[in-house]
Amino acid sequence: MEAVNIFVKSIFIDNMIFAYFLGMCSYLAVSKTVKTAVGLGAAVIFVLGITVPINYLLENFVLKEGALEWLDPSLASIDLSFLSFIMFIAVIASMVQLVEMIVEKFAPALYGALGIFLPLIAVNCSILGGALFMQDRQYTNIGDATVFGLGSGVGWFLAIVAIAAIREKIRYSNVPAPLRGLGITFIITGLMGIGFMAFMGIEL
Amino acid sequence: MSTETAEVQSQEQEVVKEAVPKEPLFSAKNKRLLTDPLDDDNPITVQVLGICSALAITVQVQQAVVMSLAVVFVMLFGNMIISSLRNSIPSRIRIIVQLVVVASLVILVNEILKAFLPDISEKLSVFVGLIITNCIIMGRFEAFAMGNKIFPSALDGIGNAMGYAWILVAVAVVREIFGSGAISFPGVGQIKFIPASFFEAGYMNNNLMILPPMALITVGVIIWIQRSRNQKLIEEN
Repeated sequence: MEAVNIFVKSIFIDNMIFAYFLGMCSYLAVSKTVKTAVGLGAAVIFVLGITVPINYLLENFVLKEGALEWLDPSLASIDLSFLSFIMFIAVIASMVQLVEMIVEKFAPALYGALGIFLPLIAVNCSILGGALFMQDRQYTNIGDATVFGLGSGVGWFLAIVAIAAIREKIRYSNVPAPLRGLGITFIITGLMGIGFMAFMGIEL
Repeated sequence: MSTETAEVQSQEQEVVKEAVPKEPLFSAKNKRLLTDPLDDDNPITVQVLGICSALAITVQVQQAVVMSLAVVFVMLFGNMIISSLRNSIPSRIRIIVQLVVVASLVILVNEILKAFLPDISEKLSVFVGLIITNCIIMGRFEAFAMGNKIFPSALDGIGNAMGYAWILVAVAVVREIFGSGAISFPGVGQIKFIPASFFEAGYMNNNLMILPPMALITVGVIIWIQRSRNQKLIEEN
């Protein structure tokens, strides 16, 4: 039950986009058509689902204070947590490289469509954000951490697909010229965020 | 036009005659590096970089200022380091090299904040760490520092970080005034911007301004104002 709660919470209440604005750069840049949005969203789910548990293991068996105890009792006092940024980002960068190779091999059309944004997942704030929130919230076991990663990815996926669909439609509307493109996208995202606030406080 | 360009050329020739090393420290070109990102080429409203942190930590002016200073620091030194290494970084692994440089600078900033401003560091939580993945920094490394000398890169770094900072502080000012009615400064305490008589007449703070969605809408409105003043930034669709 705990896992379901974390899953729903990370999709709707702690949504990466609407509550924390993580991964906004690619969210704004790749949301012009639904098709590419789906591709990037799927890639984000995948990368978050892999990197959060790996970073969880790293955090609990290497970086945390006393985490090195399993190696030798004399290492119990070592606290390497100041290294977490650099370790997390290294894990993420290498995982993204892996995903890029897989996508290039098995879905060349998607690879072409995602273009530069696939390598940029490495600097997508939602991925590092996922790792840092995982560290911040101190999940009790790796299952919860994985569920959190997947849930955050799904939330991001929903957000980008929704905004892409809206942007496809809004092309036919008469938006004031200075608001066209970026401006109206911001305002719509804000309104969607207000909508998502309806989920606040739900506990399962 | 032609007279202007002729003038510029003659100025440049004069400079060369004075045997200053190629171009003066603050030539027109270098000045543009500093001023362009403030408006025409703003990292947030035009280049669409670094939005994440710009929105998340704008509830209070104080946090926004600290965050801006952190970004100015990382941007300046990051650009200088990358620019000085640019000829020795193999292009295949450049992303990882860039990430390592940023991550080390951010660790430095994070430790300093923890030591001297623990309260604010607590509030900024993961967002200091997220400076690593702030697209402005990687974007400027890729677009500028990898191909330019150290001094222009430093100017470009400061310019872009300031362009980021003013949007951040502007959004924070709007949100804090309408959300709390007052702006709190460290050491000074709260300075009230909405007079007490307003509250007596039934004015209420808009709590929605403190919530995340209003940051997006505030930025949207800033973009609207900027683009209606600066028509050449308007997008097709």
